[in-house]
Amino acid sequence: MIDRHLVTLTVNGREHELLLESRKTLADTLREDLGLTGTHLGCEHGICGACTVLLDGEPVRACLVFGVQADGAEVRTVESLAEEGGELNDLQQSFSRNHGLQCGFCTPGFLMLAEAYLDTDPVGDAEEVREVVSANLCRCTGYQGIVDAVVEVAAARKEQRQA
Amino acid sequence: MTEQIGLRAPRKEDHRLLVGDGRFGADVRPSHTVHVRIVRSPIAHGVVRGVDTTEAKAVRGVVDVVTAADLPSDLRIPVRLDVGEADLSAYLQPVLAKETVRYVGEPLAAVVAESAYVAEDAAELVDIDIDERDVLLDVDDGPALVADTLRLGFGDVDAAFEAAAKVVSTDVSIGRHTAVPMEPRALTVDYSPATGALDVFGATKVPVFNRHVLADLLGIDQNAIRMHAVDAGGGFGVRGEFYPEDFLIPWLATRLRRPMAWVEDRAEHLVAVNHSREQRHRVEAAFDSDGRLLGLRADVRHDNGAYVRTHGVIVPELTLAMLPGPYRVPAYAGRVRVMLTNKTPCGTYRAPGRFEGTTAREQLFDKAAAELGVDRVELRRRNLLSPAELPHTRAMNTLGTDVVLDAGDYPGLLDRALAKVDDLEWRELVRGARAAGRRVGLGVSMFLEKSGLGPHDTADVEITSTGRIRVHSGGTSLGQGIETVLAQIVADEFGVDIDQVDVVNGDTLLQPYGTGSWASRSTVVAGSAVRGAGREVAARMRDLGARMLEVSPDDVEVTAAQVRVRGAAMNAVTFADVWRASQPGSTWLAADEPAGLYARHRFSVDHMTYPYGAHVCVAEIDPGTGGIEVLRYLVAYEVGRAVNPTLVEGQLRGGVAQGVGGALLERFSYDDAGQPQATTFMDYLMPTASEVPVVDLVVCEDAPATTNPLGVRGAGEGGLTGAGAAIASAVSDALDLPSIGELPITPGAVIGYVRQAASESGNRQ
Repeated sequence: MIDRHLVTLTVNGREHELLLESRKTLADTLREDLGLTGTHLGCEHGICGACTVLLDGEPVRACLVFGVQADGAEVRTVESLAEEGGELNDLQQSFSRNHGLQCGFCTPGFLMLAEAYLDTDPVGDAEEVREVVSANLCRCTGYQGIVDAVVEVAAARKEQRQA
Repeated sequence: MTEQIGLRAPRKEDHRLLVGDGRFGADVRPSHTVHVRIVRSPIAHGVVRGVDTTEAKAVRGVVDVVTAADLPSDLRIPVRLDVGEADLSAYLQPVLAKETVRYVGEPLAAVVAESAYVAEDAAELVDIDIDERDVLLDVDDGPALVADTLRLGFGDVDAAFEAAAKVVSTDVSIGRHTAVPMEPRALTVDYSPATGALDVFGATKVPVFNRHVLADLLGIDQNAIRMHAVDAGGGFGVRGEFYPEDFLIPWLATRLRRPMAWVEDRAEHLVAVNHSREQRHRVEAAFDSDGRLLGLRADVRHDNGAYVRTHGVIVPELTLAMLPGPYRVPAYAGRVRVMLTNKTPCGTYRAPGRFEGTTAREQLFDKAAAELGVDRVELRRRNLLSPAELPHTRAMNTLGTDVVLDAGDYPGLLDRALAKVDDLEWRELVRGARAAGRRVGLGVSMFLEKSGLGPHDTADVEITSTGRIRVHSGGTSLGQGIETVLAQIVADEFGVDIDQVDVVNGDTLLQPYGTGSWASRSTVVAGSAVRGAGREVAARMRDLGARMLEVSPDDVEVTAAQVRVRGAAMNAVTFADVWRASQPGSTWLAADEPAGLYARHRFSVDHMTYPYGAHVCVAEIDPGTGGIEVLRYLVAYEVGRAVNPTLVEGQLRGGVAQGVGGALLERFSYDDAGQPQATTFMDYLMPTASEVPVVDLVVCEDAPATTNPLGVRGAGEGGLTGAGAAIASAVSDALDLPSIGELPITPGAVIGYVRQAASESGNRQ
């Protein structure tokens, strides 16, 4: 007997009512039930961070959270970052400018991780950013472009806040 | 119009990947797709008594469960890259094990179910009865099965060693690594019941070759199969080779007449995908009294795991072929024995054979420098081939081609690397740290790479209805940015920006002759093919445009998305105008002239091109914990010509990160029964941003390749090739040891070295 629950998820500002098996992960829920395939699964045991999304503003591994646990919560995925017309946000632009991605598979996880970090009004120096992004794995870039991109946006957003 | 080759153009790939619109293997889901879970052997070696699927089949939602008995015949996966003379057919991997299992992870059965969750549930109910046999896990234990023995060399090496003033030898082992692309392997197969056609998504690397193998194994026409190389989350050699799953998933789709999907989980990836690197090297060098090399010997044992896979014995062969590196080696004798053990089978991983051989050779040089009393850098400089000695032919053959080292300046590159090290004041850094009692060392390595393997690649270029330029190339996108690079190359033929170019890679219907992306070849070979096709289309546009403008073709130029009369920019037609004029029924077309603006070009090449470089790094050991930190890193690399310098730098930096992993962290270990001990990212350690240093780069374009019209050399592997050697060199320097015998250099090993040194110095006192 499969155990299913009716849950309400707000994803990227839109509310969805879903009937979910209790064991279904949030990552699979986003990908399969909502078609949001930007959230990627790299290890499914919580190390690589490719599936990082924001759950009520906090970065979580969507492979380690069940869909039913997000009942009533606000979820943000990589699909929420760009403007309606497809224009990249400052962080996405910075990733591209700094060559912070190659194959792009880990990128949504790094973007969401960085978004959460940047929201904390951080110091934003390279040392701190390196420590933060060490939460996720990338196999292509050697991390340099990722660190540079986040440092650059941290500085720009700080300036905006102070302006 | 600015020339696009050489520009740091932003990548065409980035937008879709940054917004979540990438299309990876697991993102393609036709309706009514069913999901496959592979049942793998839990035993490293044994006789299969039975595989009972009854209980699994009874699970609600299970569609089918198959074992070897259900397969059409005893299929084995063929070798893609043949080298050497040996008949390897006895060692090829079956699709599903039938009588014997030879490693933990070997496929035994496949479960098909309505959801991936149910497939996993049911897979656990497949009852496997295996009679365990003894395992062989170490090529030094017991009589290992030698699948092949290869020898390469030239000159009279025995005479060289007899004449030597000094002979130096060392042993260097490299651990068992694999590439670990962040995206696990995934395949989606859409099946058309009406025609029997198969659309295969996710076979990204060598789709044309894989289509050929799949058609052969299924016994159907190649035209019934269309491979789509979709976005891939990294490849580094392992992804996209033909594995058992690459037969099973399409075959199940035809058997069940349904769309079929398979996504491996990380635990199975780490036991199923090709492993690599595990080799033991005994290397010896003969020097004259001036520290000049007279001869080199290498005896290598290659632990190939349980079966010979698609690469055959190419990794051990490349080890031997590239082991002399950029040095003047008058005589060389290399032997490698390819040995089978009860571990996951091996294949290539970025810089195959070179990471291993370079580490062994450069550690030998470090030891030789210590024993000869010559500075490490000076010893290398003395033995590097000089520009006047190039091109240099080594009287041996690898990958079916002669080894002809093309243009270059090896000592010049070393000088540039060291000048940069001086600018960065690394020697002062090391001196200062040591004076403060820290255990810091400087490491250096030189390496020779190979790239641009032929024999050919094919590209199509066409102009579309809106005047865009479309490329159907044989390259495949594994994250390296090949779409952007090919767009830059073709854009220059038309005087346009890369925004006007669309590159579609790895679709076997659109490009049935592509050779794929591997061996740092796609910019070199596929890029040259794209250039040729672009040039032919541009010529045709000039011809047709001139007719429209009623002038001679010599009087028009193709630029800025127009065909225009030279010196009269107003007198022009757009690409879309020319396209319309090329359509059937156009009054501009001659009666027997083919319609459309299209060309297919095949580029062939006889020899590889050999990039080269130097790695320098500073590392610190903690004698208390055995921890190693790489503090500084520099790569100097000759790329011939950088189509996009940013992407070249990205390749080098990414390579260094994998090199740090290979040198310090990554290793598959097994218990005595052959049970893999590294099946999660808690056990198979990869470098994070905290372990990877900032990498300084010197990218040189001093020696354009002579083997292709672009002058380019591949950039995919040079960031990794010399990394094991440079880090080992830095660690041995920090430990005051002549060389390091084993990679990865673990904290336990460092403590061992520290204690050994302490006891030796105690004995001396």
